[in-house]
Amino acid sequence: MRYAMAIDTRKCVGCSDCVVACQTENDVPIGFCRDWVTETVDGSYPNVVIELRSERCNHCDYSPCVRCCPTGASHIEDGGIVLVTKSKCIGCGACIQSCPYEARYSHPDGYVDKCTFCIHRVRKGEKPACVAVCPTKCMYFGDLDDENSEVSTILKNRKFKALAPEAGTQPHIYYLV
Amino acid sequence: MSSRRDFIKISALGFGATAVLASVAKFGVGSPIEEMLGLSSENLPSFRRFPTYCEVCFWKCAGWAYVTETGNIQKIIGNPDDPQCNGRLCPRGTGGVGMYNDKDRLKKPLIRFTNNGEQTYREASWDEALEFVSNKMKEIASKYGPESMALFNHGSSGHYFTHLLNAYGSGNITAPSYAQCRGPREAGFEATFGDAVGSPEATDIRDARCLVLIGSHIGENMHNGQIQEMSDAIDKGAVIITVDPRLSTAASKSKYWLPIKPATDIALLMSWIHVLIYENLYNKDYVEKYAEGFNELKEHVKNMTPEWAYGVTTIEPDIIRATAREMADAAPSALVHPGRHVTWYGDDVQRSRAIAILNALLGSWGQRGGFFFKEGFKLPEYPHPPYPSPNWSWKETMNGQFPLAKMSVTNTIIDASIPEKGKEHIIRGWIVSGTNLPIAMPLKAQLMRALQALELIVVVDTMPMEITGFADVVLPECTYLERYDDLRDSPHREPSIALRMPAVEPSYETKPAWWIAKQIGEKLGLSAYFDYKDYKDVLDWQLKQVGSSLEEMQRIGVKRLKRTKGPLYIPEGEVHKFNTPSGKIQLHSKELADAGFDAIPVYTPHPEPPEGFYRLIYGRAPMHTFSRTANNPNLVALMPENSVWVNPTIAKQWGLKSDQKVWLKNQDGVISTFSIKVRITERIRWDSVYMVHGFGHHYKPLKNAYGRGVNDTEMITNVMVDPIMGGTGMRGNFITFIKEDPRKEMQS
Repeated sequence: MRYAMAIDTRKCVGCSDCVVACQTENDVPIGFCRDWVTETVDGSYPNVVIELRSERCNHCDYSPCVRCCPTGASHIEDGGIVLVTKSKCIGCGACIQSCPYEARYSHPDGYVDKCTFCIHRVRKGEKPACVAVCPTKCMYFGDLDDENSEVSTILKNRKFKALAPEAGTQPHIYYLV
Repeated sequence: MSSRRDFIKISALGFGATAVLASVAKFGVGSPIEEMLGLSSENLPSFRRFPTYCEVCFWKCAGWAYVTETGNIQKIIGNPDDPQCNGRLCPRGTGGVGMYNDKDRLKKPLIRFTNNGEQTYREASWDEALEFVSNKMKEIASKYGPESMALFNHGSSGHYFTHLLNAYGSGNITAPSYAQCRGPREAGFEATFGDAVGSPEATDIRDARCLVLIGSHIGENMHNGQIQEMSDAIDKGAVIITVDPRLSTAASKSKYWLPIKPATDIALLMSWIHVLIYENLYNKDYVEKYAEGFNELKEHVKNMTPEWAYGVTTIEPDIIRATAREMADAAPSALVHPGRHVTWYGDDVQRSRAIAILNALLGSWGQRGGFFFKEGFKLPEYPHPPYPSPNWSWKETMNGQFPLAKMSVTNTIIDASIPEKGKEHIIRGWIVSGTNLPIAMPLKAQLMRALQALELIVVVDTMPMEITGFADVVLPECTYLERYDDLRDSPHREPSIALRMPAVEPSYETKPAWWIAKQIGEKLGLSAYFDYKDYKDVLDWQLKQVGSSLEEMQRIGVKRLKRTKGPLYIPEGEVHKFNTPSGKIQLHSKELADAGFDAIPVYTPHPEPPEGFYRLIYGRAPMHTFSRTANNPNLVALMPENSVWVNPTIAKQWGLKSDQKVWLKNQDGVISTFSIKVRITERIRWDSVYMVHGFGHHYKPLKNAYGRGVNDTEMITNVMVDPIMGGTGMRGNFITFIKEDPRKEMQS
């Protein structure tokens, strides 16, 4: 099993609903977030293109955050989900520094927090909160090892890219272009 | 294409306020993963859920509020059965919990009083505050007649105060959503098709093969159903054509972006009409069957060629032709969207008419992928005695102007509230419910004169807004998550009803609006109009009349019903009768001609910015609703302030840097109260600047919102009033930059 997410940049409007839904689902304190939206603008008026992207932890195969964690709090779970065991985390922040995606933050309660792919929902057969709420339905989540899953199907049929492939981390958030 | 690139995190880590929410209890015995996450099954909060529909904007999506055992509202999730949201709320609806948690909420009734020569508020009991209001209303009724009370409203609570004023004897009910927003569109479509567009719009976006947006930035305005359907249309490969001087989000998703010179839209629309007619691309069967005035229209647009329009709009003739052909190819599943906020240049009914005519030529009204026929569910009205007939009403405040206004015009009600010699109809008291007039309205000087002259101002709101500062009495309303309200029965593809019930008890000393209106009514001797103990009695009565019950609705939240009033589209082989006097679409409008206006739209040039000034264009951000969410902690964290978008060429001329704070000055010398950050971006033309509406609050009790950004309406002192229905055109204002704090200069 290998969980992954594909996000359609042709549909995303950058509304940040994914950010709020994650906050209210996962008790992320206001002022922090596990997912966020970026906008890139290319060209000059009137030949301009923009890309809006909902970003989060890429749940990498080769995770620098896991490698550098001194306590083993950061680890890879079944399905390739990168998680932090709160009780083992000493809040040193090495993982925050190592992540090429800036996907982690120091929670005010003293541990490092990040996207969990809403594993507590996924285990109940639900979709991650961000995927479930998105008004543009631009996010697809599922098991890459299942070739009939929503995410496998869309990646078979569309062009896509990943962020910072040069970091060599094997990220698992794909952006449909 | 140059390699310019800017990179902006819209909602970044550690952004905005740093308030910390109480965290849920963690750790315990559970499955390993949940333990790691601190979500052990033992401590995992178990929720109760309550049906609601959202009050953060007018779309009113239905959802479920999830409440923890300790009484916290944890989250609000869309109701999958709701045809308006399909289980997906927008960021504001998801963040609606911030409206409830906002620490700055109004908490107790307040009464204005003078202490040592200084006006201030003191807290009062509900009984005292309501007694004050009813005594004043009695006084106004006996001195001037009940017609001298007016209501300004927006949102669900308006209904109770409308009922109160109607029972009291006034019909002066008004809302900025008409003359400051969608009024011209309603008038323009009514004059053409015999029906207004209404809300939510009956636009069949999901099945459109070609979607045309003119200054309508779906995706930045977060009208939920429309966003969802635009996404469906993208999936199905629809051609999107967006006309906007700014590369809006929708423009960035379009096959064609037409970066039009502002204020020239009518010229583009007429040239599209020209191409459809003179290239024989229009829907002939439909036009022959349903439209009147085609020959007049054909003659009228004879010289309005794409070449002519190019000179006006800066859109190249080839593009005008290509886009017209795209529409014709897709017709009748070609939807030229009527927009929503359309009060731009004072000829907005005519622009909306041009959009309506274009739709008529494509044959999209009553067709799949165009406009469907919506159907609502009419709930029986709870019985009450007939309302008294007022001696005069909002129509009389217009003094014979605005013949096509089908609803009251806020600006004339405000004007009627300034007592002057020769005025026959003067308004002396206001109830203001859910609308923040100092930020919603342009023409601040007129508003201020009215606010100073009124004998009574009652403000009912959940938040201390700018308007609250002018009130004699402030009545704190509980949020939508803490109350029952009328059933939502908005029309759509199929009728449905949705229930809002309290998820939690009202916080502080706040009360629902139905209760407030009822109490005032009883004190005015109007008890017969409020013959119920609790509003749930009204809802249960209504529901039982139609074979449901409050109990059922509490369980399901949304009830979908069958259509009974005919099909969604005009059935093949049938002849549709339009709601116009002749039953036909009016390409040439006799109604307008008889009232002394152009029967077919005419392009008129509008003033251009003077040297060193830029046209002020304003719009929406998806995470905010006007000014009402500017203090919502969840949404402030996403976007704490607005910025002024400046083209890089202009920024270079002025030596402006990204995020530099500037003050704005308009053509009339008005300087913004606060500064605003510069956003240098290729997404905006060099003759215009852009900002999101709803920021720049100057009311200190709004701790999250105070002083953040600039209020666009403060800069709107030139208003071009539409003579047809009274809409206030607000896009004819020009601003320039001040780089040093102008107030510091004045002090030194």
